Amino acid sequence: MTEVQTAPVPRRNLELLLLLLALCVGGAAFFLVGSATEDNDSKNFLIQMGIMGALALIIHVLLRIFAKYADPVILPITVALNSLGLAMIHRIDLAKGTSQSSRQLMWTAIAILVAALVLWAVKDHRILRRFTYIALLASIVLLLLPLIPFLGATINGARIWIHVGPFSLQPGELAKITLSIFFAGYLSSNRDLILMAGRKVGPLQLPRMRDMAPMVIAWLLSIGVLVVQRDLGSAILFFGLFILMIYVATARISWVIIGLLMVVVGGVFAALTMGHVERRVNVWLNAFDPEIYQARGGSAQIVEGLFGMADGGLFGTGLGGGSPYRVPLANSDMIIASFGEEIGLIGVTAIVLLFMLLVSRGLRAALGARDTFGKLLASGLAFTLGLQCVVIIGGVTRLIPLTGLATPFMAAGGSSLLANWIIIALLLLISHNARRPMSGIVGPTDEIATPSTSRLKDRKAVTNQ
Amino acid sequence: MNDLVLSLLRLGFLVLIWLLVLSVVGSMRRDLAIGSRSRTGKPSARALKKNPELAEPEPTTRKPASALQILEGPLAGRTITLQGQPILFGRAQDATVVLEDDYASGRHARLFPQGSRWFIEDLGSTNGTFVGDSQLTRAQAVEPGQRIRIGKTVLELKA
Repeated sequence: MTEVQTAPVPRRNLELLLLLLALCVGGAAFFLVGSATEDNDSKNFLIQMGIMGALALIIHVLLRIFAKYADPVILPITVALNSLGLAMIHRIDLAKGTSQSSRQLMWTAIAILVAALVLWAVKDHRILRRFTYIALLASIVLLLLPLIPFLGATINGARIWIHVGPFSLQPGELAKITLSIFFAGYLSSNRDLILMAGRKVGPLQLPRMRDMAPMVIAWLLSIGVLVVQRDLGSAILFFGLFILMIYVATARISWVIIGLLMVVVGGVFAALTMGHVERRVNVWLNAFDPEIYQARGGSAQIVEGLFGMADGGLFGTGLGGGSPYRVPLANSDMIIASFGEEIGLIGVTAIVLLFMLLVSRGLRAALGARDTFGKLLASGLAFTLGLQCVVIIGGVTRLIPLTGLATPFMAAGGSSLLANWIIIALLLLISHNARRPMSGIVGPTDEIATPSTSRLKDRKAVTNQ
Repeated sequence: MNDLVLSLLRLGFLVLIWLLVLSVVGSMRRDLAIGSRSRTGKPSARALKKNPELAEPEPTTRKPASALQILEGPLAGRTITLQGQPILFGRAQDATVVLEDDYASGRHARLFPQGSRWFIEDLGSTNGTFVGDSQLTRAQAVEPGQRIRIGKTVLELKA
């Protein structure tokens, strides 16, 4: 795998500067929301931004201590996205008289503190490799938790929630992290075997059947999530993650083709046999049909979102100037449509670019990482963020059928916020490892499993002498 | 609040969010200079004082070792060409260099390249691996001319 490096410089001051700019963006959003809607509690935005700033500063200081060479733009982008989301949730609250934003702020605080804990406790991502199979076990447990009677709950037709005291959590959100750790650990140990064996058919090198087994298991797991929990978004996410990671590990296009074929087979099967998938595809294709618009669980949500974005146009109605609250779930699934209405195409493009830059920094950390496990983990985590954005923003803009994935850092919802901040903490650690200067000592656990084939080749070289 | 002021503030917000995007992109410019020691790439004297670990430990033009010479032990006199592949020493039949030596473990030690240097790492052997006089506790860089001892075998890297 490729390794790309630049000269190491810490750049923590740049991070602080960008962080201030990011907080300014969030503060300006809050200020505009307050001034446009005649919010009587004008001190509110100062308090919200003060809390956000203090939390961001905790991470910044921790990075100065534990991960001096971490990527300087990851944290500011995340803080900007998170505070924009908070401002929009606050704006919807004002229109609807709900109090989601204080809940979201509390979850942001919990998520950032957990991320700080991860930074402090993990320090070096290579430790996580030891937990490869524990991570697999944890993923399975997390995915099965909502199915336990009394603990699990069905909300909006998907059985992906559990109740813990006053909170409801989506354990599947955390499963995307543990699954990334498992895939990265498994593939970094076995990639040579998967890479070497197999028949060649034309330009494609086909993998052996028994190397296919984990992929088939991942496929069955995704289908299982789809059938049992009725959660289309997570199924797409898990399987996409696996295809990507095996492609990154082996650089074989045949895996991608096989994976996409499996997606097509599974997708057609699901669309034909499962009611909820069939309905979503129908809603997507015939959104403007009056009958489907008026049906229960029909296309009203998507179409109202599209009308809102059309109303916003290029410059938007201004924060607090539109009526995004008319769309169901305007502060979670449809939050991008709310932004589209209020800050227009220009603003939403900036948000999408911020997501893209975040993903690109994650992939950059993967390129720079010096161990296979770190490379795979960083690309898997970055891809998880990216795929979530594609699935939900694509769904809201009717590019693909709408499925309920959370917009990272923006949508109201604690579990998603928590999981995504942990992802950020891990990416920061891997980027620190990738960018810091090389010392004379390398980690003792790196790639001890030498591929048996290259060993044979070397032996021939020895005996020839 | 006046409508005109509000419109200007809203436009200002769009400018601000794009300013963030552009400054992030601007700060990533450094990554375009991959591999070359560009002006921004080399740490300044001030940066060096603040972060002493940035100092280059050795010139980067040094040539990596190209061969491994066995000086003592059952395979004495043999030379192994290094081809950028890791080498496994041990009694086990699947080792790269099979040592017929009762003092060596099955999978004794591993020599592997990282950057332009070679590192040796003990794989939990019974009798240990020595570089010079000191026993290895973790992976360590070896320079040409340093004597590595594995059981009865003594080896040396050749530039």
